[in-house]
Amino acid sequence: MRYIDEFRNPELIRKTLDEIERIVDANDHFRIIEACGGHTYSIFHFGLQKLLPKNIEFIHGPGCPVCVLPPGRVDEVLTIAAKNSDVVFTAFGDVMRVPGKFGSPLNYKATGTDVRMIYSPLDALNIAIKNPDKKVILFAIGFETTAPSTAITVLNAKELNIDNFFVYSNHVKIVPVLQSILDQPNMKIDGFIGPGHASVIIGAKPYEIIAKKYKKPIVISGFEPLDILQSILMLIKQLKRGEAKVENQYKRVVLEKGNVSALEIMNQVFEDRPAFEWRGLGAIQNSGLKLRPEFEKWDAEVYFNVEKIIVEENKDAQCGEVLKGIIKPNQCKLFGKVCTPDNPIGALMVSSEGACATYYNHMFSSVAF
Amino acid sequence: MCLAIPGKIVEMVDDQNQYAIIDVSGVKRKVNISLIKNEGVHVNDWVLIHVGFAMNKISEKEAKEQLQLLQEIGEDMEALEEVRGYQFE
Amino acid sequence: MLNDKVVFKESTIQLSHGAGGKASRKLIEGLVAPYLKVNELNDAAYVQAENAKIAFTSDSFVVSPLKFPGGSIGELAINGTVNDLAMGGAKPLAIVSTLIIEAGLETAILEEEIKAMGEAANKANVSIVGGDTKVVEHQKADQLFITTAGIGLVDPRVNLCAKRVKQGDKVILSGPIGDHGITILLARGELDLEADIKSDTRSVWPFVKKLIDVAAPGLKWMRDPTRGGMATALNELARDAKVSIVLEEEAIKVRPEVRGACEILGLDPLHIANEGQFIAVVSEEYAEEALKAIQEVPGGELATIIGEVQESDRHIVLSRSSYGGTRAIDMLVGDPLPRIC
Repeated sequence: MRYIDEFRNPELIRKTLDEIERIVDANDHFRIIEACGGHTYSIFHFGLQKLLPKNIEFIHGPGCPVCVLPPGRVDEVLTIAAKNSDVVFTAFGDVMRVPGKFGSPLNYKATGTDVRMIYSPLDALNIAIKNPDKKVILFAIGFETTAPSTAITVLNAKELNIDNFFVYSNHVKIVPVLQSILDQPNMKIDGFIGPGHASVIIGAKPYEIIAKKYKKPIVISGFEPLDILQSILMLIKQLKRGEAKVENQYKRVVLEKGNVSALEIMNQVFEDRPAFEWRGLGAIQNSGLKLRPEFEKWDAEVYFNVEKIIVEENKDAQCGEVLKGIIKPNQCKLFGKVCTPDNPIGALMVSSEGACATYYNHMFSSVAF
Repeated sequence: MCLAIPGKIVEMVDDQNQYAIIDVSGVKRKVNISLIKNEGVHVNDWVLIHVGFAMNKISEKEAKEQLQLLQEIGEDMEALEEVRGYQFE
Repeated sequence: MLNDKVVFKESTIQLSHGAGGKASRKLIEGLVAPYLKVNELNDAAYVQAENAKIAFTSDSFVVSPLKFPGGSIGELAINGTVNDLAMGGAKPLAIVSTLIIEAGLETAILEEEIKAMGEAANKANVSIVGGDTKVVEHQKADQLFITTAGIGLVDPRVNLCAKRVKQGDKVILSGPIGDHGITILLARGELDLEADIKSDTRSVWPFVKKLIDVAAPGLKWMRDPTRGGMATALNELARDAKVSIVLEEEAIKVRPEVRGACEILGLDPLHIANEGQFIAVVSEEYAEEALKAIQEVPGGELATIIGEVQESDRHIVLSRSSYGGTRAIDMLVGDPLPRIC
């Protein structure tokens, strides 16, 4: 088993689609929010939306860590790297095109700032080890999926006594933001396709509040076509029965209890921020992670005394409304005209998992067929 | 969200079980396995990889069960149809 | 063909303007073409010299690292130039080249690249007839840049023009995609990935020659999908020919290692560069013979028909999966960047 092709099996896909079609009635209307950018990407990439009954509506959620970064966040450290030739800015490829106040990391790189793309947080630590005369900043992003990897990297830096490696943490937590969306007035959501890979770490338990307090069903889902279709089927079955349970479709990697050692390591290194700013959603309590005081030696915020840079957003940009599912990306005034993937105004247009970029790249296919 | 993909462990790198070489369709990379070392990691295990770390082992049993379940979708219906076919009108 | 008016508004040139995708197109159409009054954008241009129709092209090569599995900058420079001419339906005749060398480059490295150029030219049966050499200060270039110009004699039997591309025409791809781009990405070593793959750099003229011999009347358009990959090349065709292109996902060959690397890095093989493949659009009538012709040339065994042209108001590229899902395939935006989320 390769764990990819098997979950793209055309015959099983058809079968699952038929079953969904069979149980959905003509007068049903389900508004399903997929929390993950990865789900948004898969739904479009595999053309699933068009294969599903029209009365299943997708709302594209906040689960793209690049998209929810407040503008100004990249500038805060890029300006430091630009001013000091011994400072190296490192980040995942996803961050490289995020527009800041004075340009994206790639723009900074093109004009001489030492900006390097990495695949793993450990790569940033290795750059620090190989360049003892440089100060290496890891611009860390990601949900609980990624935070343990950053945490191990910090622990390694401590163990190896590396003092020229610093983390600028933008790590965020999935459950607080889902709650924040449910707390928005006029939210009409019937159920959630739950994050698959964040749940590998946190398990299924933290979602109980969504089922119990908000009475919304949630199915933790994988990312292959069969995973997503099976999750939709499970969700619709719950909705038809009037249930609101946490279910786990992605059992091959998600355990009920999550990855306990990863959680321990994450909690050893990180603590909740009282509040963290989300693009389009505002400040959300206990939704962000910062390094604990005992690791402040590796905390870029502390070491560089980073000053907050506030960027006025284009008034016509409706990123927040898109994130909350109030409007579809193509209903934003800037969509496709001013704001495009090669000239993104809002971050939702930057990442290929951002709802707007996904819409932009795929919207035409529904017209042609 | 987060891009994580399945890969097979082909070689253990160190005695502390910190690193392993994984293979994804013939592409090899050293990944950190300390997040799963308590689970007991062995060569030929499949793991889920994200940013150079193995996040969890992949359960073949669960994967097979899922596919089996999907295979059986609608079979009850077919069986029912079959039975109906033998009934008198 | 410049259909829509593009205005180049950016205040500085960024790396993405050279990456071969949307941004590059904007720069060329919005800034270069209007001043130089170029109204057809192709890899090679046609010049009528008395009775001969000449294809004329120029290219530049700035690859890092200089050497990589399956090739090197010198080999790339010759094959890239030859292929631009071949895509214009022209038999490559002669190349001139300029070497821009960073002071301090080891002679042995330069020697190896010049040798590689000579060998590639020999293999492609084209002469290097002249050139120029410049040495620039340290850090004003990255080791070695090569620019070339090439001419070829256009086969009188061909008539290549996007406007001739019509509903029902077949899209043929010469072989598996993504080998070159992934090889380079891995060879840079930043990602710590290892795989047994090599660049596909080669002259595609032998395939094209055979194609012209058997299917010239039905041959309508060709392009080698280098930077920007297949997705970008076919989107340009869709736009220029005012059609949509529907691909069958399964028919597009991608080596397992390339697919694996793309999965790890979150990249789409359709956006990855190639240096030894080409796409040909052939009328339905000639499609099977054309395919057979390519397959019969050694190295063309994996050629397939990957899709067809459809009339549509939307000038886009669609890909259809085996279970009936379709997705639109956009041009590359900027450089392909690995992603984790």
